[in-house]
Amino acid sequence: MSSIFILLVQREARLLCRRPAELINPLVFFSLVMMLFPLAVGPESRLLQTLSPGLIWVAALLAVLLSLDGLFRSDFEDGSLEQWAVSPCSLPWLALAKVLAHWLFSGLPLVLLAPLLGLMLGLPAENLPTLLLSLLLGTPVLSLLGAIGAALTVGLKRGGLLLALLILPLYIPVLIFGSGALQAALQGFSATGHLLWLASLSLLAITLAPFAIAAGLRIGLAE
Amino acid sequence: MSTAEPAFLEALDLSCERDGRLLFEHLNLQLCAGDMLQVSGPNGSGKTSLLRLLAGLMLPAAGEIRLQGQSITQQADALARHLLWIGHAPGIKGLLTAEENLHWLCALMQRPATPEAIWTALAAVGLRGFEDVPCYTLSAGQQRRVALARLYLEPPPLWILDEPFTALDRQGVLQLEGHLAEHCQQGGLLVFTTHHSLTEQPLGFRELDLGRQVA
Repeated sequence: MSSIFILLVQREARLLCRRPAELINPLVFFSLVMMLFPLAVGPESRLLQTLSPGLIWVAALLAVLLSLDGLFRSDFEDGSLEQWAVSPCSLPWLALAKVLAHWLFSGLPLVLLAPLLGLMLGLPAENLPTLLLSLLLGTPVLSLLGAIGAALTVGLKRGGLLLALLILPLYIPVLIFGSGALQAALQGFSATGHLLWLASLSLLAITLAPFAIAAGLRIGLAE
Repeated sequence: MSTAEPAFLEALDLSCERDGRLLFEHLNLQLCAGDMLQVSGPNGSGKTSLLRLLAGLMLPAAGEIRLQGQSITQQADALARHLLWIGHAPGIKGLLTAEENLHWLCALMQRPATPEAIWTALAAVGLRGFEDVPCYTLSAGQQRRVALARLYLEPPPLWILDEPFTALDRQGVLQLEGHLAEHCQQGGLLVFTTHHSLTEQPLGFRELDLGRQVA
């Protein structure tokens, strides 16, 4: 059971490494948005600093959402999903492995890139651990929730906009707690409360989302 | 069929509907060890849908499919352990090599295969020397052969194959026909669709024409 999980993560890693554009796209999008904001709102550091929690989180959220659109599409089109569905392995477990692999290769680099871009926006260095931690706890939720939408729209040729409409409302709590943690840290308050909320959302998503993803995939396959 | 033991796979009063259109109804079907069922019929008559129903990928509009006497909705695990499904899209990743694809698919079936076994299977389908090239560089027929190599890797007894002969050359078709017949002679079951007629029909061969719907 766990060996198939590791095998699937390895397989996804191999696939992503052979098609690096998909890895790099969300990172480029994230960096571009963060670079354009100082140009658009002016280089005044106090203003940028106040805006930075929201900017970083909105950009990260949209980058994750963009990368998720095609999460299951190629597997759907080449018949891999059918093979998952008829296999003796549990579909939620496979779905969790797939999303985890996707997060490791697109979410995690984004988390690691964020402090650099945060510094660029004038975020004080002592707040960077909060930024890292909030993204580390928050982006898995974004990936897992987004994967539910990706599973439900898997049979559609252009599911991108529908995916955004379906999933963005569910992203709002994560956005509020994530940027809230950073906002609190910036104002000198403790961010622990927000981070604990993010951690519990993360746990909830890891335990429940795979079942929703699997159900969505089965619906998509039955069409 | 008057055996006391229930058929391995049977369909009872099966109806299939897609997008509000009835493809077939009141279909009854019984498959025992050694049976080979060719599903034929014109395009759009529901051949693939019937195969997907039997594989548990779709739910019937009415009727029931039973595996060893019990509904497959309760027997999902047993069905998964007995079934080898190769659909129209066979689940082969173009970016992975033939060996990586087969290694993964065998692991997914929980029937892990050694690299030696995979190389032997690839040689059996005429892909010796193509083990470690990414599948997108292979031709359509060769890609189909990669998928069909699974039939040589200690496969489960029930095979459901959607258009297995597509894109194969004449020699490949003959070889596959032989392998399918051998599987059925050894007590396996096979349900498949194809538009061409087999050159030789093994003992348990039957044809189901969805155009006329007489088994």
